[in-house]
Amino acid sequence: MSSQPEPGAEPGSGRPDVLVHRLPSFALPFLALLCDHFTVLDPCTDSPDEPAHAFLARRAGLTRALVCVGPIPLPADTLRLLPSLRLVVATTTGVDKIDLRECRQRGIAVTNAGTTFAEDVADYAVALLLDVLRRMSTADRYVREGSWLKNGDYPLGFKLRGKQVGIVGLGNIGSHVAKRLQPFGCDIAYNSRSKKPSFPYPYHASVHDLATNSDVLILCCTLTEETRHVIDREVMTVLEDRGVIINVGRGGLINEKELVQFLMRGELGGAGLDVFEDEPNVPKELLGLDNVVLSPHSAALTPESFEALGELTVSNLKAFFSNQPLSCLVQGE
Amino acid sequence: MAADPESSGGPPPLRRRAAPCVLLLRHPPHFTLIDRPLPDGFRFLKPWESPLPFDDFLASDDVRSAEAILTSQGVPVTADMLRRLPAVRLVLTTSAGLNHIDLAECRRRGVAVAGAGEVYSEEVADLAIGLLIDVLRKVSAGDRYVRRGSWSGEGEFALGSKLGGKRAGVVGLGRIGLEVAKRLEAFGCTVSYNSRKKKPYVLYPFYSDVRELATNCDVLVICCGLNEQTHHMINREVLLALGKEGVIVNIGRGSIIDEKEMVQLLVQGELGGAGLDVFENEPKVPEELLALDNVVLSPHTAVFTTESLSELCNLVVGNLEAFFSDKPLLSPVLDE
Repeated sequence: MSSQPEPGAEPGSGRPDVLVHRLPSFALPFLALLCDHFTVLDPCTDSPDEPAHAFLARRAGLTRALVCVGPIPLPADTLRLLPSLRLVVATTTGVDKIDLRECRQRGIAVTNAGTTFAEDVADYAVALLLDVLRRMSTADRYVREGSWLKNGDYPLGFKLRGKQVGIVGLGNIGSHVAKRLQPFGCDIAYNSRSKKPSFPYPYHASVHDLATNSDVLILCCTLTEETRHVIDREVMTVLEDRGVIINVGRGGLINEKELVQFLMRGELGGAGLDVFEDEPNVPKELLGLDNVVLSPHSAALTPESFEALGELTVSNLKAFFSNQPLSCLVQGE
Repeated sequence: MAADPESSGGPPPLRRRAAPCVLLLRHPPHFTLIDRPLPDGFRFLKPWESPLPFDDFLASDDVRSAEAILTSQGVPVTADMLRRLPAVRLVLTTSAGLNHIDLAECRRRGVAVAGAGEVYSEEVADLAIGLLIDVLRKVSAGDRYVRRGSWSGEGEFALGSKLGGKRAGVVGLGRIGLEVAKRLEAFGCTVSYNSRKKKPYVLYPFYSDVRELATNCDVLVICCGLNEQTHHMINREVLLALGKEGVIVNIGRGSIIDEKEMVQLLVQGELGGAGLDVFENEPKVPEELLALDNVVLSPHTAVFTTESLSELCNLVVGNLEAFFSDKPLLSPVLDE
């Protein structure tokens, strides 16, 4: 052809193609913003009856960039349908559902949401902790069902001051959590892949060690091969029956079956969970417990952070298409 | 027995005096909740154990010799009661709030008053923050959503609103208000306040008018005491000034807010949300609130943790012992 269109661009549009990879039920909150700058291919809306792989084979052969809308997985066989792909922009910070090895082998750059959600997640982690210790959601239920009128005062909660709080994973989220907990008078310690010299709190080389010295564990780390089920039966045993676990990381960090058993037997004080091993499925036994607060993976979700996410996504895509450096690149493990 | 000092007629010498009489208006739940017995060394007069109606009970010789009154939140110490008990020199309450005590009459009679001091301040501040984040980020609403199975059924839950960057107005910058402000700052909120008087050593912007504070804030946290000036201080105008996205948190007393107006505005969507630990007519909570998702309801638990109750009991005992050994009260209520 005499006028070959630029690879990845629709003829005549001048705007590069960007593929949106998402579950049908998960709309991209900043779709309009993307459409302002790029030609958006979205199998869910463009061709809802066609199987995704067929759409990709037909339309996305020249597509160089993809936006992966969490929590959809991006496995190797999907990647192999995209021979021209050079960039995956994830809308989440956690990229455990993207086949990073395949991306590395093919030289596909992967960027994530970086620190966009860190503060919101940290806010939520503290909210869950306050809720579990002070039994706020349970007490709210108590009032709504008329029990305050009928049965009188609600049982006691626990004070936050003086609690030993162990932060698992001292990345952006973990640091923000520590900062927020300071005025509450908690004693903070942490475990992380490596000691952070600028962080003034005690470091423990293993999660087990950290748990031995903690009343509360707050999980803020990424899910990897090493961290899968890092909260196991040994850790839960050491936390004892007053121990509380707050999880705003990934469900897979905790051995969920064991957690349920410990909670049911009263061998753990309580839990605040925003994430689960098989979302949106939550173990039925938890639904009946009063010392547990359950959350539909919303720790990161505020309109403000979505706006920031949209800007970051567009910025990284623009940088990519003009050969500028990318931000929030995910380094190989 | 050796010569009984009481038989000489005058007040007994301190060291060998008989146990002081303390009128107990209500058995303090703080002691029962943690299985703590009342302290030795005092004679507690309990109206509910007497067959006499309360008025007659007060008139009995025994009770007229009471030197102290121990009360709890909501059980009033009136001017009339004080007049009928001329031997009373101390009124002790287990609450931080003092609106149930006729302070003016106490002052007139030279009766010392002691309260919960700062025992509860942190607890209450913690709950205030908990309620605020809960409303903004829909924590309890999310918990309800998951428990009724909507997450797997209906899919994604509605978004909350970011806490950081919110302009927070603290109404009443006493001990509790200061603890609340400290915590708000750690979350990235900017803090302003309204108080009876501007506080000289405080850097937060001061608003003498609470409606003006509300106009300039996204969130209001009520931390003040209830008195004549603060009754229904948070009225319709103030709530409208806070606005459709505005959130109010109340850990003070229910009647600081005009509850009827607040409920109406919440139902009409003129107010963004509310986190409430106190109500005008506890334990009655306006029915309309029970159906709202942008409201978090708490059965007046702000002070109720095991740790603070224990501290409170120590404080009550400590105050009684100090007073009756002529030592300074541990947590006197001072005139401002």
